[in-house]
This record gives sequence, C-alpha cells and structure tokens, in this order.
Amino acid sequence: MAFKFKGVDFIGFDALLSSDELMARDTARQFIEDNLIPIIEECNREGRFPRELIKPMGALGFFGANLEGYGCAGMSNVEYGLVTQEFERGDSGLRSFVSVQSALVMYPIYTFGSDEQKDYWLPQLATGEKLGCFGLTEPDFGSNPGGMRTRAVKSGDEYILNGEKMWITSGTLADVAVIWAKVEDEDGLVRGFLVETDRPGFTAYDVHGKWSLRASVTSGLSLQDVRIPAKNLLPLTGGLKSPLMCLNQARYGISWGAIGAAMSCYDTALQYSLLRKQFREQPIASHQLVQEKLTWMISEITKAQLLALQVGRLKDSGKVGHEHISMAKRNNVWMALECARMARDILGGNGITDDYPIMRHMMNLESVKTYEGTHDIHTLIIGQSVTGVPAY
Amino acid sequence: MKILVCIKQVPQKDAPLKLNAAGTWIHEDVSYEVNEPDAYALEEALRQKEKHGGEVVVLTAGPARAQQVLREALAKGADRAIHLEDEKFVQLDSANTARAIHAAIAQESFDLIVTGLQSDDFGAAQTGVLLAEILGIPHATIIIGIEKTDTGLRLKRELEAGHYQHIETTMPALLTIQSGINKLRYATLIGIKQAKMKPVRKVTWADVESKISPNLQQIVRLYVPEKQKRTEMMEGPAPEVARKVVDYLRTAARVI
Ligand SMILES: Cc1cc2nc3c(=O)[nH]c(=O)nc-3n(C[C@H](O)[C@H](O)[C@H](O)COP(=O)(O)OP(=O)(O)OC[C@H]3O[C@@H](n4cnc5c(N)ncnc54)[C@H](O)[C@@H]3O)c2cc1C
Repeated sequence: MAFKFKGVDFIGFDALLSSDELMARDTARQFIEDNLIPIIEECNREGRFPRELIKPMGALGFFGANLEGYGCAGMSNVEYGLVTQEFERGDSGLRSFVSVQSALVMYPIYTFGSDEQKDYWLPQLATGEKLGCFGLTEPDFGSNPGGMRTRAVKSGDEYILNGEKMWITSGTLADVAVIWAKVEDEDGLVRGFLVETDRPGFTAYDVHGKWSLRASVTSGLSLQDVRIPAKNLLPLTGGLKSPLMCLNQARYGISWGAIGAAMSCYDTALQYSLLRKQFREQPIASHQLVQEKLTWMISEITKAQLLALQVGRLKDSGKVGHEHISMAKRNNVWMALECARMARDILGGNGITDDYPIMRHMMNLESVKTYEGTHDIHTLIIGQSVTGVPAY
Repeated sequence: MKILVCIKQVPQKDAPLKLNAAGTWIHEDVSYEVNEPDAYALEEALRQKEKHGGEVVVLTAGPARAQQVLREALAKGADRAIHLEDEKFVQLDSANTARAIHAAIAQESFDLIVTGLQSDDFGAAQTGVLLAEILGIPHATIIIGIEKTDTGLRLKRELEAGHYQHIETTMPALLTIQSGINKLRYATLIGIKQAKMKPVRKVTWADVESKISPNLQQIVRLYVPEKQKRTEMMEGPAPEVARKVVDYLRTAARVI
C-alpha cells in the first residue's frame, strides 16, 4: 500500500516561507490528504473526474485564489503556487481542473472582462457553482495557436462563432467556455469570447482512451454558427498576447505543481527503499546505485523549489518575465518526469501498479510536459530570450 | 457565549526527537504543530459560537514560534488572540502555566473556557483543571459532547471501557476536550488572509511574573526507552516444550 506523504524539505526551504504561505500550503495538503488521496486511484482507474470535490474546493477558496475581490482569497502568487504544489502532489488531473478554472477562466474574465462580466461570473466561478473551460488549441494548431481557424463575425449586436477546439480541459463540464477566435472585421485580431455552453450550435464531446490525466476531463468543442451577444466579447482582449497572458498564469502554477508530483514520487521511493530488502537482508536503500537515484531526485526537487520560489517572488513584485516562467515550467516538469521514472525503477515491479502513485504521476506528467507550451517550445522561448533570435 | 480556547504548540507527532545535553528536555530544532485535543477544543468553541453567537478568543503561552497556532486558529474563525510570549513559558509546570493564564485574562470574563484534554508533550492533563480551580469555577474533563441548556451546559464525558457519563454544569465553566469530539474544519484561504487583520494581544513575562512561583514539578531525567529484547529458545519434544512455555508464562512473565 502507498505510504503516507511526509513532505519534502532538504535545505530548510520552509524557513523561506511566511506563516501565511505555510498555512495556505498546509490547508491544501490536509485537504488533499483527506479528500483526494483515498479516492484518486479509483478515479484514475475508472477515468472519473471527482466532481464531489468541486463544492468543498470552492468553499475553501481554491478557485481563483490569487485574485482580489469577487469572493476570491487574494493570495499572493507564492501562496497560490504552494497550493498548486499540494494539489499536484495528489494528482495532476485535479490540479489541471483547478488551474483551468482559476488561471484560464477566472483570470481572463478578471483581467479582460467588463464589470458586468466580472460581477456575474467571478463569484459563481469562485464557489464552483459554475465551471469554465479555455478553448485555444485546435486540432491543427497546438504549439502555433496564431494559426487558429476559429472565426468570429459581427452581425448586429451579436457575434457568430465557427470553429473547432481540441484538447480542452473540462470542456464537457463547463458552463462557460472562454473561446479564442479571430475577428473577421478586425483584420483577424485574436480576441476572447465568453460562450455559454448551452447556446445552440455549441457541442462538446470527451476524448476517450487517454492514458494520462484520467481523473480530468479532456474534450473537443465544436462551434457551428454559435450566436452570442456582443457584450460577451472580453473587451480588453486584443491579439495573441491575451491568451498567452493567461497561459503565463497557468504555466507558473504548473511549475509548482510539478514539484508536488515529484515530491510524491520521491517520498514514495524513499520510504519503499528503506523497507524493501534484497540481498543479505539489507534494505535496497543501502545500495549505492539506489542512493544515487534518491540523491538525484532530492537535489533536483530542491533546485526546482528554489526556482519556483524566486519566480513567484518576482511575480509578486511585478518583475517577472514570461521567459522566467518558461524556465520554471520547462525545468520543473522535466525533473518531475525524471523523478517519476527513477522512482518507478526503485519500486521494481511494485512501481507499475496503482498500489503506489508513481506510474499515475508519470503518465500524467507526459501531458503536463506537452500542454501549456511543450518542453521544446519553452526551450525556444528561453533561447529567444538569451539570443534575441526567434527559432520557432 | 464568550469562549476562551487555550492552545499549546507541541512538537510534531512524527518529529524525530533528540534529547538536550542535560537530558531534561528535547532539542528545540523540530517542527511544531497544534496540540491535537486543543484543535478539537477550538473546533467545539467555533461550533458553539456558530449556534449561540458570541466570541471565540484563543490563547497560548510560548515563544514567538507559538504565534503560528494562534494564526491558524484565527484563520479558522477565532475572533482574537492572546499570546503570553516568552521562551520561559515552555518550562513552566501545569500550576504555573495556569497561574500565568489566569493573570493574562484577569480583565476578561468568559462564559466558557475550553482546553485540550492534555498536551501531547508533557501529558499532565492538569493545566485546565488548575485554571478552573484558580478561577473558582466548575470544571469537567474528557468531554465528548456539549449542549447548551437554559441553566448551563449538558455534557458527555468519556469514561473507561466504553462507558459514558452525562452531567450538567452551570456557567461559567471550564471543560477539557477529548480528541474526536467533532470533525475539524480546514482554514479557508480567505480565512488565512483575514487572520492578519485580527487583534493579537501580547502578554510579556514581566506582566505575569509576580503570579508565578518556583515550579513544583520538575523533569529530572528524560530518556529514550532502553531496548530489552531477550530471546530464549526452548528445545526438546513438543509436550515438554509446551510445559516449559506454560511454566515460563506463569512464573517468569506472570501473564497467566
Ligand atoms: C490533457 C491535455 C489537456 C489540454 N488542455 C487544454 C486546454 O484546456 N485548453 C487548450 O487550449 N489547450 C489544451 N491542451 C492543448 C495543449 O496546449 C497542446 O497539446 C499543446 O500546445 C501542444 O500542441 P499539439 O498537441 O498540437 O502538439 P504540436 O504543436 O503538434 O507539437 C508536437 C511536437 O512538435 C514540437 N514542435 C512544434 N513546433 C515546433 C517548433 N517550431 N520547433 C520545435 N519543435 C516544435 C513540439 O514541441 C512537440 O514536441 C491540452 C492538451 C492536453 C494533452
């Protein structure tokens, strides 16, 4: 059976955190331990999103936690990051759901929305009464969203939307979709629209057969002559940089989330290695090759913590650049995936079963490596930042 | 109802403990947490306030680090806090801790005071009881149920071997609460933010020193239990070994 998570802190990292930051983390840690850990393996097996956790998560303030007002908690970015870490320690799927609701739905309404849109949607999204999704990616445009085909045409005081979106987290759960489309009358400028999912012409269907993020809903969206009032346009959006600003929020959260998944894998492998005996009745932790793996993991987790914290501090002081967030997302997801693979190795045969969380994390992290900008796209973003030369 | 909750910060349950050089206490370089039954006492106070209105005040005696337990309580919904802040409070025995708390709340009048049944570190289970004695109010221990009545409180106590006792008391009263009386709530993220705005009154050592006497109780020696594992092999034919085992259990181990 899986081990009780003991937390991971090699260099006294907690001393860098304020008491509010520790409290926010501990609340999330306890919540996940009590409510997600007991059911997550079943959810993953069944491919079931744990809907029953939506209301309790809303009540504790986990949606839009770093926004001010509208019933949101007004957490700092570091506090928000630590909460994200604890969610992904549980499961990347549940963390994805929270990231989408917070960073990709509430954040754009908060940042680009009219007062009417904010007043109507944000309080309900904060409690989880209403759910949202974010439609940027299309079947033919992933890493290059600028090529999107979805179109919005102004017709009187309405917009008519047409297009296909793919790989949309929470698509079939959502009450509202933030849809990114090129506006024909505005030279193809990319803008965001709030599309209620019960509008005629809007359909959503689930992607089946996923071997990753099985506890999260992933959908395709189809918009065929969907008419929405012109006031559903997010007025302050303008160009691709608007959705990219949203992605920056989410990527930042992921850079912490990945640490959580890595901690879960490392902690499991460490505890297992001390119990499992092979050769001369010795625990496998006594072998140098096993120690090397544990050392690698704890070193990388520690470096990742410091990177995420510094990026969070930059974000809180308004000094963060998107390239900083790219580095944290790229590095931390990569190291988490490597940790999952090493941890799986340390558990031997037991590592492949869902008696332990490792294989689930490993499969989840494959998605996390791809979405919100693939590992390689972040390589190119950092590369452009240091050389000044775009290489996409 | 105006309710006071006394909360202690204790070393985390699974923290690896090292003894200090004198062998009288532990090295203080461990992680700390809220004493478990105190968390239930707080939860009970918050529930009573939700039912009957009033105020929940939380109090702790301990060094600066102990403020964390007050912050947590405020984040969960307590209205204000009192911190008797000094390293020296850690080493006080139960009687002196009760005196110090009494001095700190001299200007206040509570309808109900709740504490945990005992602290997970010293385990004396005396502080609450002694505080009631100094205040001259009734107390009841090991409480697992509280119901407000017209005249006071109806209480359920846990006794040994699955027995319960129902009693009634007038208020003001002091109760020591058993773990598991209720289901603990989480601090909400908004609660954590709001906690910052809630008042924390500091009480210094000097403020209460005149009420404190030399400790009546002292820790003379603290030690890790020594391992005494002995294995005795009994050999021979089964009937003979069985007789030897029975004999051993009767005379040496004295378990039958
Ligand atoms: C589970 C899941 C949930 C998702 N949720 C959402 C969501 O809620 N909303 C949303 O809008 N999207 C979502 N996505 C989509 C996600 O953002 C895309 O999958 C991602 O952007 C990559 O796009 P793609 O899959 O089309 O891959 P591609 O863009 O086709 O990339 C394939 C490979 O080519 C590489 N590549 C592409 N271009 C270059 C280049 N110029 N140089 C070098 N290498 C390159 C990539 O790095 C990658 O390795 C989700 C995806 C998944 C898997």
